[in-house]
Amino acid sequence: MERDVSLPAASHRPAPEAAQAAAPLSPPPALVLERLGYARAGQVIIDDVSVVLNGTARTLILGPNGAGKSVLMRLCHGLLVPTSGSLRWEPARPVRQAMVFQRPVVLRRSVLANVTYALHLAGVPRRRRRAQAFDALERVGLAGLASRAADLLSGGERQRLALARAWALAPEVLFLDEPTANLDPASTAAVERIAMAIHAAGTRIVMSTHNLGQARRLAGDIVFIDQGRVIEHVPAPRFFAAPGSMNARRYLEAELP
Amino acid sequence: MNDIGLALRQALSMLVTLDPSLVGVVLLSLQVSLGAVLIAAIAGAPLGAVLAICHFPGRRPLVVIFNALMGLPPVMVGLFVYVLLSRAGPLGPLGLLFTPRAMVIAQALLVWPIVVALSRQAVEDLWIEYAEALRSLGARWWHAVPTLLWDARHALITVLLAGFGRAIAEVGAVMIVGGNIDGVTRVMTTSIALETSKGNLAFAMALGFVLLALVVLLNALAFTIRQRTMPHGT
Repeated sequence: MERDVSLPAASHRPAPEAAQAAAPLSPPPALVLERLGYARAGQVIIDDVSVVLNGTARTLILGPNGAGKSVLMRLCHGLLVPTSGSLRWEPARPVRQAMVFQRPVVLRRSVLANVTYALHLAGVPRRRRRAQAFDALERVGLAGLASRAADLLSGGERQRLALARAWALAPEVLFLDEPTANLDPASTAAVERIAMAIHAAGTRIVMSTHNLGQARRLAGDIVFIDQGRVIEHVPAPRFFAAPGSMNARRYLEAELP
Repeated sequence: MNDIGLALRQALSMLVTLDPSLVGVVLLSLQVSLGAVLIAAIAGAPLGAVLAICHFPGRRPLVVIFNALMGLPPVMVGLFVYVLLSRAGPLGPLGLLFTPRAMVIAQALLVWPIVVALSRQAVEDLWIEYAEALRSLGARWWHAVPTLLWDARHALITVLLAGFGRAIAEVGAVMIVGGNIDGVTRVMTTSIALETSKGNLAFAMALGFVLLALVVLLNALAFTIRQRTMPHGT
């Protein structure tokens, strides 16, 4: 009865007691990918990826459309199961993590209830949920809309709600999959500010983007992938000054003013 | 032609004066069909949601079977329930045959596959949108089922209205298990059938109008709900 294929066990279920902490104080866990591969219907999407994400820098994943950025993040987050290779956290223990998607999913209930729902799943006791949820909404500037129906929010507000929902869980690692792809400049700026604030609170940030300006603003290190392979993993200044590969150079040159 | 005109006038006067026997039949109809829909909803919607999101062996055949059972002939359901409840049947000792409860059971069985199949569809549509986000938050299927049912509530209301429309309008099942006993198990559809064959067109027509009005009302309600819950865009 406990087994269910459609909803694989979320190995990363936030630990209840830890989710109550305001922010993780120790350095965030490192993610180690070893020869990671993922194929679907005979097509290789992620091919032999070995990368270590450690330190405290914000990691930006760059690469052309269809390079496998989204799939790589879903593998890291645990939404997809690798078909080859392995992935582990150091130190090895369940890691509190959250993910923000390109198209934010909001539940058809109030803004506040969207956040308390996540806290409920994380095992936070009922009496603490409201206050924690309000706190998170305040940090993303949505406290004033707490009782509003969430499906009436604008695109930018939805994404901030998704960020609040993630932040409320005090994640040690936060994945953001092109979170600003559908947003206007003001909303994009808000999302970037929030992502930096979450990072400042001690969370590891792993984010993909198509926007090179955004990558320049946010990146500590760059993982550049093309056709499912990691071509480069270097500090951001080096990547933008002198990309080490032809693929990256071509990718950067294609940038429009 | 004159007869029909007379019957029509009589029917209207019965409606206007709220003829007691007419009202009794209408109320029993509503009671039986609402009870049936309630039971079908409780037993059907969660099952529909589970079929929508859980992938277990045998799921596909189940989905096909429930889809097919949406078109179950009411007389078949009536026959099945009759056999169950008849004195020699397995549930005979309960003494339910020819009571309103037997009619509720029969209609619930008739509506149940409709609720299962249509709520599976509604939940499946929502699940496509929600799956990754819910799994990312650590939701297992037993979390996802109530969440999806609640978030699909508007669609589910139209599902229940469809089920109610089916129940209130069917005649075969209630006729067999209810027996159309005057004042006890006589509902709108069985009365219409009986009174028409007896030549009492006025009574049959009056009931026909009520039934028609109910069905139109239901569809208007379902339409309004669909309109209200159109995607708002972002």
